[in-house]
Amino acid sequence: MKDVPDNIFMTSLDAAASWARSNSLWPMPFATACCGIELMATASSRFDLARFGAEVMRFSPRQCDLMIVAGRVVMKMLPVLQRIWLQMPEPKWCISMGACACTGGVFDTYAVVQGVDRFIPVDLYVPGCPPRPEQLMAGIIALQDKIKHGGTLNGTEFGKRTQPTGPTPYDLDELIRIREANEKLISIN
Amino acid sequence: MSAEDALKLKFAGADLAFSQFRDNHRIVVPAAKLFEILAFLKNEQHFDMLAEVTAVDYLEYEGAKDRFGVVYVLVSTTSGERLVIKTFVNDPEPLLPSVYSLWKSADWLEREVYDMFGIRFSGHPDLRRILTPDEFTGYPLRKDYPLKGRGERHNFPVLTRAES
Repeated sequence: MKDVPDNIFMTSLDAAASWARSNSLWPMPFATACCGIELMATASSRFDLARFGAEVMRFSPRQCDLMIVAGRVVMKMLPVLQRIWLQMPEPKWCISMGACACTGGVFDTYAVVQGVDRFIPVDLYVPGCPPRPEQLMAGIIALQDKIKHGGTLNGTEFGKRTQPTGPTPYDLDELIRIREANEKLISIN
Repeated sequence: MSAEDALKLKFAGADLAFSQFRDNHRIVVPAAKLFEILAFLKNEQHFDMLAEVTAVDYLEYEGAKDRFGVVYVLVSTTSGERLVIKTFVNDPEPLLPSVYSLWKSADWLEREVYDMFGIRFSGHPDLRRILTPDEFTGYPLRKDYPLKGRGERHNFPVLTRAES
């Protein structure tokens, strides 16, 4: 009888666990703006999201494993978003839905965070303004594939991602603007 | 008689500038007489609702003499009339009397003007920021404040997968 590799048991467990997790992603809807309406539409009867395992949209982060950031996030809301993310237990994933959550969208202003991935680890981006429900469902299916192909039983794939994946918090022209503002303040005082 | 005629009679000494276009009636008043005129309009005339307080920054406007114009929109619920009262204030330390004692809606409306322009209202019970976060400095709707801000929107800690 051929030797069976040692870790065959673990990989089957990994596969089984990732299959189970991907087919029962319970979303935490972090709906701040118009994309929230499309999220509600995706969950309602015509484009039923429950058939993909998102059976309940729990509004308590302690009971969810998928956070869907739908809508623009203002700088006043960002600490709340981070707190909700920290309250979710592992394993957890994040979908940034819509142009405003991905990059700030049309709102390149003093109050809107230009992309939630600057401060939160995002796994999947769904573009659109707002994305149609079919687009969001395609995104969730893609996330399910991603989980099935890389998931482990103990969630060890998460500990490896130590670098922030979004753009660096300060753009170059913002740095220049901050320096000029400081120089102006120094010259006034 | 209309509210404007009553105003002309009572405040004949102050230099009020009346103008109108169709049903938009506007009066420019000096800031020193603002509270008196608004109190007269509320108590003796029938303007019992303050619909809006807002401000305009004339920093880069040609021919402007004062920096800020503050606009009050009064509405009469009995007769349906709307009246616009405008005053001008200047840098530094723009200050106006608060109309909170006349209309309670001035509470949040004046807080918004303070938050966005930096115009203070004396006698306001709780003048603090309402739309921007508490630790925000700067007044966003002034003309010398850049559209994209001064870096406040990205001044937050970054969470990576290893920490969360």
